[in-house]
Parts: sequence; C-alpha cells; structure tokens
Amino acid sequence: MAKITFVTKDNQEITVEGTSGSVMELAVKNNVKGIDGDCGGVCSCATCHVQVDAAHTDKTGVASEIEQDMLELDDDANEYSRLCCQLQVTEAMDGVVLNVVK
Amino acid sequence: MSEKVCVIIGASHAGVNFAFSLRKEGFEGKIIMYDKDPVLPYHRPPLSKAYLTADTSIEDNCLKSKDSYLDENITLNLGVEVIDIHKESQKIILNNGEEQHYNYLILATGARPIIPPISGLKEAKHVYPLRTAGDVSNIKKWISTADSKRVVVIGGGYIGLETAASLKKMGTHVVVLEREERILARVTAPVMSEFFQKLHTDKDVDILTSKNVESINTDEEGVNTVQCSDGSSYAADMIIVGVGVNVNVSLAKKLNLEIENGIKVNEYTQTSLQNVYAIGDNTYHYNPHYKNWIRLESVQNAVDQAKVTAAHIVGNEKIYDTIPWFWSDQYDVKLQMVGLSQGYEELIVRKEETESIKFSVWYFKGDELLAVDAINNAKAYVIGTKFIKENKVIDKDKLKDVTTIFKPANLMMKEEV
Ligand SMILES: Cc1cc2nc3c(=O)[nH]c(=O)nc-3n(C[C@H](O)[C@H](O)[C@H](O)COP(=O)(O)OP(=O)(O)OC[C@H]3O[C@@H](n4cnc5c(N)ncnc54)[C@H](O)[C@@H]3O)c2cc1C
Ligand code: FES
Repeated sequence: MAKITFVTKDNQEITVEGTSGSVMELAVKNNVKGIDGDCGGVCSCATCHVQVDAAHTDKTGVASEIEQDMLELDDDANEYSRLCCQLQVTEAMDGVVLNVVK
Repeated sequence: MSEKVCVIIGASHAGVNFAFSLRKEGFEGKIIMYDKDPVLPYHRPPLSKAYLTADTSIEDNCLKSKDSYLDENITLNLGVEVIDIHKESQKIILNNGEEQHYNYLILATGARPIIPPISGLKEAKHVYPLRTAGDVSNIKKWISTADSKRVVVIGGGYIGLETAASLKKMGTHVVVLEREERILARVTAPVMSEFFQKLHTDKDVDILTSKNVESINTDEEGVNTVQCSDGSSYAADMIIVGVGVNVNVSLAKKLNLEIENGIKVNEYTQTSLQNVYAIGDNTYHYNPHYKNWIRLESVQNAVDQAKVTAAHIVGNEKIYDTIPWFWSDQYDVKLQMVGLSQGYEELIVRKEETESIKFSVWYFKGDELLAVDAINNAKAYVIGTKFIKENKVIDKDKLKDVTTIFKPANLMMKEEV
C-alpha cells in the first residue's frame, strides 16, 4: 500500500491510496484533474505529465530513455518531470508528492 | 430559461472526452450519454495489444472511473442503443422505447469492423473482429478452451498485425493474409512494410501478401479452411477479421446531414445542422495544416475534436487544427507516427548507431516535412513533431548524418547570409 499525493494546477491536494498498477491509472480512477492518460499508459501521449516533489525523487527513481525523449521538447518539463504511467504504485512510493503539470 | 441538455451518442474516446471537457469548460446543463456497449467505457488501443495478452480486468483499462461520471454529474447510460432521431422536436429514441430531448446533440458513434462478403464467412466457426471488449472476451475464451490453436488473421493493417503479435505471445500459431502486395500498404512506406514483415517472420508469424481470401469452408469438427484466389488454403481454428471499418452514419442519415467519407463537419466540428456536432472516427473534416479533407481513426483525433466541440458549445472560439499522431506496439517494438505522409516525394531513413533496433523514416514533399515514422525512437518523433508544427525546414544532409547529435538546433537549415 502506498499513499500518493497529487497537487493539481489549481493547487488542490488529493491524497489517494493504491496497491498496484501505474500511478496514471490511480490518478484516473480518482479523477485527478490534469492526468488524462490518453494513450492508456504506453508512453505515447505525454498527457500524464507530473513533476516529482524535489524531496521525493528517491522514491520514484529516474525516468527511462523513452520518457526523457518524450519530454525533451516539452516547454513545461524540468528535471523532476515524469510520465506517471511509467511509475508503478509500490511501497517505495509511499508518501510521494506529485505536482500535476497541466 | 430552462436547463440546456447535451446528449451524446457513443461513449468511447470521443464521447467520454467530450463530456468531461464540456464540464471543464464550465457547462452547467445536463450531460447525458448513451452507448450500446454495456461495458464501462474503456481504452480501445490496448484491446489488440497489452490488454489482449494480460490478465487485467477491463475496469483497469477504463477511460474514466465510474465515480468520475458521478463527480462530474454526467449521466452514463450503457447497453442502450439510440435507434432514431427526430429533427424537428429535437429528441432521440432509444431501443427500450424511451425518448430524450436535446438542445445539443453529439454524434460520437465511431465506426464498426467491416465483415467482408467472403463466401462461407458467416457460417465459419470462431470468427471474431476486434473492436470491443466483448470481442476480446470471446477471443480469450476461445484461447483458454481450444485444443488446436491455429489462427488466420485476415488483413495486415495495424490492428491485424498487433493482434497477430499478441496471439503469438499467447501461444497460438498465426498466419496473416493480406490482399495487397505488402502489409500496411495504405498507411506507410515500403521500408516500414518490410520492417514489420521481417519482425513478424522472425517471431514465427507467417505474413503472406497478395492473398485474396475467396471463400471459407468449415467442416463438422468446426475447422475452417480459408481458401485464397491463388489456389492456396490455410486451416484455421479461429479467424480474426481485420480489414478496416465502416463509419456509423445511420443516425446522421436520419438527420439528412452531409456525409462523404464520414460525417462532414466544419472547423468547430459542427455538422450541417448547427446544434448537432460529430466527433471522432466518424468525421470527415478539414485539416488546415495539410489543407486537405480527411477522416482519421485515432485517439488523438477523437480527443482533440472532443475538446473543440466542448469549447464551441460554451462559446469559446477554438478551431480544430492539430497535427495527427498515432502509435502501434508490436512485440517489443514501438512505432510512433506524426503527420500525414500522403503525397510524399522523398524518404529519408535515419538509423541510429545502436545495437538495438532504432530508426526513423522522414517523409518530405520538396523541403516540407510531411510526416515521421519512428521505431523505438521517441526522440525522432518529438523532433519531427516540432518541425512539422512550426513549419521549419530541416537540413536533410544533417538529418541523414547519424553523427549529428539529434537535437532540433542541429538539424535546422542555417539561414543564408
Ligand atoms: C483494436 C484497436 C486498436 C487501436 N489502436 C490504436 C492505437 O494504437 N492508437 C490510436 O490512436 N488509435 C487506435 N485505435 C483507434 C481508436 O481506438 C479509435 O480511433 C477511437 O476508438 C475512436 O473513438 P470514437 O469515440 O470516435 O469511436 P468508437 O471508439 O468507435 O466509439 C463509438 C461508440 O459509439 C457507440 N455507438 C455507435 N452507434 C450507437 C448508437 N446508435 N447507440 C448507442 N451507441 C452507439 C459504439 O458502441 C461505440 O462504443 C485502435 C482501435 C482498435 C479497435
Ligand atoms: S498515459 Fe500516455 S504517456 Fe502516460
């Protein structure tokens, strides 16, 4: 079980619990605004863009090459950017804070 | 003034995205959706890919959770078909006899698989198209119970090929029969067709081209023999039909809407009736970038048109003007495409210097970059997207030279001094 907090663009904080699946799926299930997941989670659409809270990057690890490439030319991307369909909900993610970009 | 009612026919990528976008735009009236599919609306692309091979439930694959519809006050009616529309009184008629009045009507009716007029196909055993969650259930059920698992896939388009890859992974023996001289003939360049042909062949999936299926004979044991016009025949315990789609336009016809290769819509996705919109696979629309009328079958098109419609209904001017994009996953190969390659005159293939398969195909008309197909190469995909969107000219020599570090700035044509 992991508690994950999403902070939406309009500064709403939503904390939800999940046990499995991707963070994108968890966000969609909980109607988190700004996480659309249009491609269904296969790293093709970049509509699941989040920025990991700077203090929590150890919980999420680093982005894969395809994630980095997908975000490379995105004006809103920074060093904390992730496509959250590529983040799995695991114990290690407990307490993570993710800022929704769109 | 009484509350406005927006009725949506079809709750899939286009319809569902529209409903949520309309709320996001601040629409306060009623939003009522109908779909004849009884399953909570789901992502279609995984049906032939990850979802087919995985053990996950269709709910894990939903577009939006059940609660999200309640949260946004969107009424979702599943398992009901809209069978008629009365133009004058502005109401729709359901197959359960009920009626519903509308102020705005959204036709998000999509498309359905073509079942070709092949003699014996109707009588054949275990024949499935692949469009709905129900189709996937049928296929999965067959796989888990069948003793002999020989599959013939009719049609070598993306859906046929993805399904072939997935079924192979699931332990079946797969033959793909394509009528054209090459697979993906309508949608991509010969180099890409060759690449996919080899990819499947290496995985032991037979891809046979110039195979026109003429008839199917089914014996008492339920084994089908698929007969081609060149005299060859193939035994099939299951047949997947993947030869394209027909647009669902019967309701549009009842309204006498203008129809060509789909329901004709303007830049705001309005049909020839002002308060009736059409979005998604069923639309024939103008693409301002390519200056062409087109119909697309893609998630991108469904979602982007949905947003334009939502904006227009609440009075926010926004026109449909996007560069199409698409993807396909087969085995561990990821294809990402951007743009429309139709009418290209020149191809540049750029192969990265890596051990793994990684390349991209760039379609040009003169100096104009029309489209990019990227294999395991998201970087090529995003760079291509940028150049197409911004109408920037690429230095073709630099593009061809794989030692050029792959960055937009390095590929830009230097201004003449
Ligand atoms: C197997 C498969 C793989 C795909 N892979 C990709 C991919 O990788 N990338 C990509 O971009 N696109 C892909 N696509 C295409 C993509 O799924 C479609 O473009 C998208 O679903 C279009 O959405 P839509 O809402 O316009 O239409 P549809 O998804 O066709 O939905 C229309 C809905 O309307 C309902 N309906 C129709 N008439 C009525 C009626 N009279 N009453 C009630 N309900 C009605 C239907 O039941 C249906 O649910 C794939 C499609 C399939 C089938
Ligand atoms: S859901 Fe499409 S990239 Fe994450």
